[in-house]
Amino acid sequence: MDTVLRFLTCGSVDDGKSTLIGRLLYDSRALLVDTLEGIERTSRRRGATAPDLSLVTDGLIAEREQGITIDVAYRYFRSGARTFIIADAPGHEQYTRNMVTAASTAQLAVLLVDVRQGLTAQTRRHALLADLVGIPALAIAVNKMDLVDYDPAAFEAVVYAFEDFAEASGLRARRHYIPMSALLGDMVVERGEHLPWYLGPTLLEVLERTPVEDGARDEPFRFPVQWVCRPRESTDPLLHDYRGLAGQVAAGTLAVGEEIAVLPSGRRSTVTSIEVGGVPREHAVAGDSVMIRLADDLDVGRGDLLVRADESAPTLARSIEADLVWLDPAPLAPRRTYLLRHTTREVQARIEAIEWNLDVATLERVPAHELAMNDIARVRVKLAQPIAADRYEALRDTGSFLLLDPATWDTVAAGMIRGAR
Amino acid sequence: MIAPRTHLDRLEAEAIHILREVAGQCQNPALLFSGGKDSVCLLRLAEKAFRPGRFPFPLLHIDTGHNYPEVIAFRDRRAAELGERLIVRSVEDSIARGTVRLARPDESRNRHQSVTLREAIEEFGFDCLIGGARRDEEKARAKERVFSVRDEFGQWDPKNQRPELWRLYNAKVPAGGHVRAFPISDWTELDVWQYIAREGLELPSIYFAHPRPCVRRGGLLAPVTELTPAREGETVETPWVRFRTVGDITCTAPVESRARTIEEILRETAATTISERGATRLDDQTHEASMEQRKREGYF
Ligand SMILES: Nc1nc2c(ncn2[C@@H]2O[C@H](COP(=O)(O)OP(=O)(O)OP(=O)(O)O)[C@@H](O)[C@H]2O)c(=O)[nH]1
Ligand SMILES: [Mg+2]
Repeated sequence: MDTVLRFLTCGSVDDGKSTLIGRLLYDSRALLVDTLEGIERTSRRRGATAPDLSLVTDGLIAEREQGITIDVAYRYFRSGARTFIIADAPGHEQYTRNMVTAASTAQLAVLLVDVRQGLTAQTRRHALLADLVGIPALAIAVNKMDLVDYDPAAFEAVVYAFEDFAEASGLRARRHYIPMSALLGDMVVERGEHLPWYLGPTLLEVLERTPVEDGARDEPFRFPVQWVCRPRESTDPLLHDYRGLAGQVAAGTLAVGEEIAVLPSGRRSTVTSIEVGGVPREHAVAGDSVMIRLADDLDVGRGDLLVRADESAPTLARSIEADLVWLDPAPLAPRRTYLLRHTTREVQARIEAIEWNLDVATLERVPAHELAMNDIARVRVKLAQPIAADRYEALRDTGSFLLLDPATWDTVAAGMIRGAR
Repeated sequence: MIAPRTHLDRLEAEAIHILREVAGQCQNPALLFSGGKDSVCLLRLAEKAFRPGRFPFPLLHIDTGHNYPEVIAFRDRRAAELGERLIVRSVEDSIARGTVRLARPDESRNRHQSVTLREAIEEFGFDCLIGGARRDEEKARAKERVFSVRDEFGQWDPKNQRPELWRLYNAKVPAGGHVRAFPISDWTELDVWQYIAREGLELPSIYFAHPRPCVRRGGLLAPVTELTPAREGETVETPWVRFRTVGDITCTAPVESRARTIEEILRETAATTISERGATRLDDQTHEASMEQRKREGYF
């Protein structure tokens, strides 16, 4: 059975994230000849003797000029039975929102630490963000071991520091620590000769062995309606009354004949068919994009949520408690109304209270009246209309939301629901 | 027991989700259909997303006037079979209007598509264009969001992209701008061929191996046509070739191949050592960042 692992690299600026991805692809022979030639050409032009492997992902002109990563690069490779979707995130604080973008869909984070620097504020922030969005596995790559003579004590110092931090902040992710040199290729794909004292797996082995779950099949059924199919102009009498609810199953399973409830209205009906492209099937499971037809002609449209009548229902909430990551250069204006996007539903929202703002350095929860870019805060949000909310840790799709600024329509914050009323 | 889903199933379901987000969020979208393999996949995905209804958007092709006739015939036939509306706008017309000026009469029109595209966006008031670009194609594309915001001039600002989290895609843009949506962002060239094989999709004949007069130029095969004759001193040969990507005749090169079936192409694609663009683009060789520059100007 083929599995897919989505992972990202994160950590402080210049800790070697892009070099590591380049190394991983290079040593796995996943780089194509012309890509490699391009990198060698550019490296040579800049006077380097060896190819600069960070150029594999740093593809923008500005990134190459400045030698930093600005936005996430996606790469794909296969090893054994597994397909990897890699997101190389930037370390620079200014671009934290791009790291959050990559983290939101990742199943594993490779957190790099420069062994000479130890944990920086940005290392901590990325670890906290990875945890906040619920990434279940963390590979802590203690990098640049070549610069400390591969000293095991230097590696251990980072391990202890991180474990202390993890305990203090209550990080939930499973953790692996790997000493490495991304530059020289020790413990990435090959073990190399410099780290005989390290007996654990290489990074690639960790990536290959990390278990991945197949969606949220065992959870209660959730189906946000994206679009309604009404081929009205058709002269075919069968199609004339056709009314299909198009969407992607966010969680659980559904079978033809089962009873559903539409939220927020609460109206009930029975599933008469499940189709993909007009072809019927018996079931739909988490992850499937299908069209659902109901026995009754209910008023259902984009923004409604179908759930199964026999399963636990989400909370119809007008007030939610959430962890919020502020992503916009313009700070949160507490008195402004934002547009809250939850599944396919959009409602007006206001931040009623900021309960605390997390100080990343001290892990203290400090009172705040404003939020600035990259802040991580607990807030209470008041909604003009109800949403069908689950807790984020229980169900991701119905537990997350965005805030959009109605002046620019930019995405200014990402929220994870922790409580709903 | 419900069968587990494969990687291709998941890619398909995500792409359908993205297409329906366009339908749900945008007032006036269009799907770019060139007749190429990526957009052929998009059409199948749109069928799975919207049938038995009609597509909630027309198909749009920006024709440089320098396309292979087989591909244009295929484009028209496919649109007719689907019963969907096809809009064609030509670089030729932009040249006649004076909005595109060629430096030389034989200059490649590829880059100028951006102007014709912008004119089509204005003419129809499109607020979203759906395209078949993939992140594995090129290093600037590897950086782009699934929903990518363009300003009034069609420009992409790679240093200032919107955050894009989970499956919550934001297609809203301020007046005058539009959004470009890429449903198969996470597909690789191999995924595309596997999907074509699985779905039994028809493609223009030039994707399969055939003998074609070519010259060797800069390590690539340049097809010899009326439009692109052999230059002084070049020898014309007729190798067996196929196209890995179809585009403007002046800048798309075929690769040597004997692969005449999808299965043979799949085998070659899995074993290839050269990227799709590296093997086929006569225009990208000139500068390290050609694609990023074109994209900034509004190119797809
Ligand atoms: N000596 C040594 N240098 C390394 C190692 N890994 C990376 N570097 C160097 O560290 C510098 C930064 O590397 P990058 O890979 O660009 O760092 P990054 O973490 O991707 O940086 P941002 O994405 O901008 O945050 C480069 O000069 C690399 O060559 C290593 O293991 N050993
Ligand atoms: Mg980097």
